[in-house]
Amino acid sequence: MRLLSQLKIGQFAVISAIEADESLFHRLTALGFRVGKPLSIIRRANFNGPLHVRLGTTDVILRSNDAARIQITQ
Amino acid sequence: MKRIALLGMPNTGKSTLFNRISGASARVGNWPGITVDLMSAKILIGGHIAELIDLPGIYDLHGFSDDEQVVRHFLSNNAVDLVIVLLNSSQIDRQLSLVLQIKKLGLPIVLALNMADEAKSAGITIDTENMAKALRIPVIQISAKYGDGLPKALQEASKLINQGLPASNPESIGLLLQEDSQIEHEMELLIQHHVQIPATLNDNTTDKIDRILLHKWLGLPIFFAAMFILFQFIFTAGKPLQDGLAWALNTFRSGLLDPLFHSSPAWLSGLLLDGVYNGVATVAAFVPIIILFFLVMSIVEDSGYLSRAAFLMDAIMAKMGLDGRGFVMMLMGFGCNVPALMGTRIMRSRPMRLLTMLVIPLSLCSARLQVFIFIIAALFTAKQAPIILFALYVMSFLTMFLTAVLFQAKYKNAEPFILELPPYRFPTLRQIILRGWQEVKHFLNRATKFIVIGVVLVWAMTHFPTDVPPASIGTLAGQVGLLFAPILDPIGINSQLAIALIFGFVAKEIVVGALAVIYGLQGDALMAQMAMQIDWVQAMSFMLFTLIYTPCLSTIATLKTEAKSTAFMWLSIAWSLGLAWVVSFVFYQSARALGY
Repeated sequence: MRLLSQLKIGQFAVISAIEADESLFHRLTALGFRVGKPLSIIRRANFNGPLHVRLGTTDVILRSNDAARIQITQ
Repeated sequence: MKRIALLGMPNTGKSTLFNRISGASARVGNWPGITVDLMSAKILIGGHIAELIDLPGIYDLHGFSDDEQVVRHFLSNNAVDLVIVLLNSSQIDRQLSLVLQIKKLGLPIVLALNMADEAKSAGITIDTENMAKALRIPVIQISAKYGDGLPKALQEASKLINQGLPASNPESIGLLLQEDSQIEHEMELLIQHHVQIPATLNDNTTDKIDRILLHKWLGLPIFFAAMFILFQFIFTAGKPLQDGLAWALNTFRSGLLDPLFHSSPAWLSGLLLDGVYNGVATVAAFVPIIILFFLVMSIVEDSGYLSRAAFLMDAIMAKMGLDGRGFVMMLMGFGCNVPALMGTRIMRSRPMRLLTMLVIPLSLCSARLQVFIFIIAALFTAKQAPIILFALYVMSFLTMFLTAVLFQAKYKNAEPFILELPPYRFPTLRQIILRGWQEVKHFLNRATKFIVIGVVLVWAMTHFPTDVPPASIGTLAGQVGLLFAPILDPIGINSQLAIALIFGFVAKEIVVGALAVIYGLQGDALMAQMAMQIDWVQAMSFMLFTLIYTPCLSTIATLKTEAKSTAFMWLSIAWSLGLAWVVSFVFYQSARALGY
């Protein structure tokens, strides 16, 4: 099982599951995170800072520990 | 050459089919009537060379999304011999509408039903033979992915092409789509006249800019350098405007008001001219610089750069129990603390919200900026000015960071940090002007509410009782100053400055107006007088105190309602007053100890 937080810069993957509490889950779906959606990592900020993720035409930034709630397949 | 258009709903495998038919010959080309490029390929079909065009995926031929308009414009500007419509078999109940819409235009059609295997496993069976009869067009099940059924579909297509039917007449199709183009035209007119849409850079440009502005190591230095340059620009461009307005207001008084009030009683001209006019005029001279400040801020805010700042700063903010959004609120606080406090509503966890709200009142708002620009102009050279101002901004950040670090254990939280990164945008001129105008309105509103009452009170306190010289130790103001002397003397703040500070509790705009009234002077004369009475160490200590202690009554009121806690409000007041005194004390005493 791979997590979004483990994905390397420039790699593509598809969301296979989202395991988050309700408020985080809602926030993620509102921004377009859904099972089956392809995404890629554009960059990471320094000092274990947030990830810059691209889902279709939407760019989203989120912290590594929140990204660890999203499972992916490559 | 024959022309075949490929049409279908989004996600039906249209591009897969196009790539399969066209092989490696696809190219990008532009077409009459539309502004976007479409993929096309030359293919051999039924002994003819035909051009296959991949039209954008659409849900509705009569819809008004960009793609739907592109398809209509293509069909009413380019003759086609055949349309291959591709549908998803498992969603045929919803997608069949597109075929019927194309059929109404009288175009020859081959209907290809993709993903037959998916439909089959969902228990959907389609009687293609009878459906073809009912529609009077060929219907073929295919698999775009594996190529099943594709030869048969192409065979039907070549049959239709070889029938030698004339190509479609774009004009008559345009006529059939007339109603849609009327709606398009009307929409365009309405949008053009009544809606402001900022110009968005295309994704590619945004990516290029991000590569620099979000650079691993250069991102943060660039951000702070950009902020420094902006503040430098505001200061340099605003100074001549401010001087010009101050001169005009001064001339208005000496040329018109002074002769007018020449024969009126001394107390009346004193109250109206030395009190109200001097006070309000001194504050009003800062309006150009404040407008400039908000214009620049609105450009930065609308550009999308602030979300980038959140990205760059989040790792550092996390160490203080805050997040990247908290940093954006701090920056918003540079304009005005009140909306920044309200902005914390986007945070769901209460501890994080409270911590952010405790920090925001320490950000150097535009009202405090006025005080600093005034004092700096009076006591420092033009060369030192931007450095002193920047140092105050740095100090503002430092006090915010210190507060967050000290209080983060009290407000522990696990709020997720997820934010959309918008493409870079340029605000329209109209948006910028509107914003500037609202700031002027806001200022005039505050001017009538606080500043006039404030300066009148200050005037009264510095002129009663009447048997002693104005603003001397014998007046009410002098007595109040004396009362606070034990606390304020150790930080170098004299009784005149003390009065200004007390009124500054209500609103920082009053501080400068109060100084004008206390000294009974205005503009350059006031600055010269202040430079004679206090030295730069005192001035700096005064500015540090002004920076850190409670911003204004509006902020306090907002803090109380947003936090729904009176205790939290008092905590904020006590903390900022205490911190202000300690910082000023340390600065003043060490500077004096070092011999300055």
